[in-house]
Amino acid sequence: MIRHLLSIKDLDPEGIERVLATAATFQADGPRIMRKYPTLRGKTVVNLFYEASTRTRTSFELAAKRLSADVVNFSVSGSAVEKGESLKDTAQTIEAMGVDAIVIRHSSSGAPNRLAGWVSASVINAGDGMHEHPTQALLDLYTIRQHFGSFSGLRVAIVGDIAHSRVARSNVWGLQMMGADVTLVGPPTLLPPRVEGWGVETTADIEAVLPKADVVYLLRMQLERGTGATVPTLREYSRLWGLDAARATLLKDEALIMHPGPMNRGVEITADAAELPRSVITDQVANGVAVRMALLYLMLGGRDAREEVPVE
Amino acid sequence: MSKAVVFRGARVVDPASGRDETADVRIEGEQITDIGKISTNHAEEIDCAGLILAPGFVDLHAHLREPGREDAETVATGTRAAARGGYTAVCAMANTDPVADSAAIVEQVVALGRAAGLADVYPVGAISVGLQGEQLAELGEMATSSARVNFFSDDGKCVQSAGLMRRALEYARAFDAVIANHAEEGALASGGHMNESEVSSILGIAGIPAEAEEVIVARDLALAKLTGARLHVPHVSTAGTVELIRAAKARGVRVTAEATPHHLALTDDLVSGYDPVYKVAPPLRTRDDVDAVRKGLADGTIDCVATDHAPHPPEDKEREFDLAPCGMLNLETALGVVVTELLDPGLLGWLRLIEAMSTAPARARGLDGHGGPIAPGTPANLVVFDPATAWIVEPEKLASKSKNTPFAGRTLKGKVVHTMLRGRFTVREGSDADGQR
Repeated sequence: MIRHLLSIKDLDPEGIERVLATAATFQADGPRIMRKYPTLRGKTVVNLFYEASTRTRTSFELAAKRLSADVVNFSVSGSAVEKGESLKDTAQTIEAMGVDAIVIRHSSSGAPNRLAGWVSASVINAGDGMHEHPTQALLDLYTIRQHFGSFSGLRVAIVGDIAHSRVARSNVWGLQMMGADVTLVGPPTLLPPRVEGWGVETTADIEAVLPKADVVYLLRMQLERGTGATVPTLREYSRLWGLDAARATLLKDEALIMHPGPMNRGVEITADAAELPRSVITDQVANGVAVRMALLYLMLGGRDAREEVPVE
Repeated sequence: MSKAVVFRGARVVDPASGRDETADVRIEGEQITDIGKISTNHAEEIDCAGLILAPGFVDLHAHLREPGREDAETVATGTRAAARGGYTAVCAMANTDPVADSAAIVEQVVALGRAAGLADVYPVGAISVGLQGEQLAELGEMATSSARVNFFSDDGKCVQSAGLMRRALEYARAFDAVIANHAEEGALASGGHMNESEVSSILGIAGIPAEAEEVIVARDLALAKLTGARLHVPHVSTAGTVELIRAAKARGVRVTAEATPHHLALTDDLVSGYDPVYKVAPPLRTRDDVDAVRKGLADGTIDCVATDHAPHPPEDKEREFDLAPCGMLNLETALGVVVTELLDPGLLGWLRLIEAMSTAPARARGLDGHGGPIAPGTPANLVVFDPATAWIVEPEKLASKSKNTPFAGRTLKGKVVHTMLRGRFTVREGSDADGQR
């Protein structure tokens, strides 16, 4: 298995399959994992979060604890980045304490890449700037596979602020690797620069895309103001690119609605659309724990999960 | 009176006189006294077979960091690096602390240069007070000070106001001074840390489009035409900028331009590992841009090579990409990069290379005594280098206080053997010399 997970591209399709299959074994008794496994007893995982995050940090913490690892949460406020210890010094401090994995969330793209160069522990990217969020992509792939069984030929529409989204980047590369077709939907101001090189289709017309999509994936929209604003108002964005229940009727019966959370209800998705039966947004959260367990298990433990015997 | 020196049998490349031939050069005191086939005659003889002798290099754009950031570089360490790179004249940028926007600061920088004695240091004065882009600095005070500043720039800060830029160009005409403007339109570049490209798109780093440079260069060229003033375009980084300058020169606009070793050699894909050693302003661009800048330098559209030598201590560079400062070392590696990347592939010949490294920048700033000609009665500001010897760039061996070279580990051809400033060795046989003979 890989030593670091900095980008979803660090995995190949077989590696992704292995993570998803391992996650499935942890969910063999149901989507909520109640059991605890002894595999990572004696291992230490540090959650190094330079950005506030509740769901991702909690998900990693639960995943590590259910594998019996010791978990240390190392939260750094934004101001400490500016005036406090440098990332390199922090890395070396943590390294000196003897840890096996560092899960890092950081507002700077590439911070996990830099960290990986300074420590011998495994580094797992829990979201860096606008770069990647590979474990989010893994749990999204897992969720999609739960429903469709495979990825080949699936059409996935990712809607919204792709330019600034680490979730979008990891999902695009991951979905492409697994054989799905990706369409990016939004105004050109929200598409990444030089998107021609991404190997995806792009369109501003969500209603033309929805009838063909197997998955519609809505990204969290944030409003920037002033001359750098990417859309005039959130109201206009919502009207033109948001998903409400009426627009959702354009979807095929078996199509899924996904969102990485946290949702801006009423902006990229309305409450009624988020609560449609085809919405798997809460499944994504549940699956996140299993997928992160699988990843920690494979990166730090490494045996076949089917041989594991729960301790509780 | 120190002993005379004869450089014996060097290939003398001197664009100012058009000379490119094997010859002997005799130095007495501070001056060249003879050139041709000459006898040793009570002089120390230095064998230069296989070496090139040229006018010492001139850098229009270096950051010596003093006063203010002596932890990164000082005038002494920066000019030591310059001497090792074959330079005899270095223009020190204005972004010091305090900013070089007054006669007192520019005179201090000159004094520090004289004290170090390793290269002539010519300060660049700020265009605006505190580099703030709001109010003209006292260009006249700096021009008429003992530092005799005739070259002004707000360095890494672009003059955003077209009105202020017009006034600066007009006012500079009173002193026949040059205005150099870092071309980067603020709103287009806002928040960017690298070239906007397929690479930045995938890395998730906010980009600075080539157009951020080009819209300012287009504006400044129009203002140079309007005012009849002398404009200098620093560190040309895009194919579009090369085209704009080429067209403006054809129209007779008084413009000169420079390219840096890194924009001649490196592309934006190097940023893929997020190492800020590759972070620079303007950013490393695409292969197409590099090719266009090379071509522009070869055909003279871009007049000269300037280093934009920008030392930063490790604690500033060894961090997150977006939090690290811009800048790269270049003084000690510029010759090697230009020989390896441009001369060796046949993009330009020795006369043009020496012109770009020495004669053209000296002319752009009107630096008498630098850039040749190599002729009796002129100051002995010279470099002698081995064009063929390959060497590996080892950051820890550089003279600069900082080690942020993007060329670490690279093999370069072209190594300085002797550098001479007004008849005194600053580098001799490849080793630091203290200016004595």
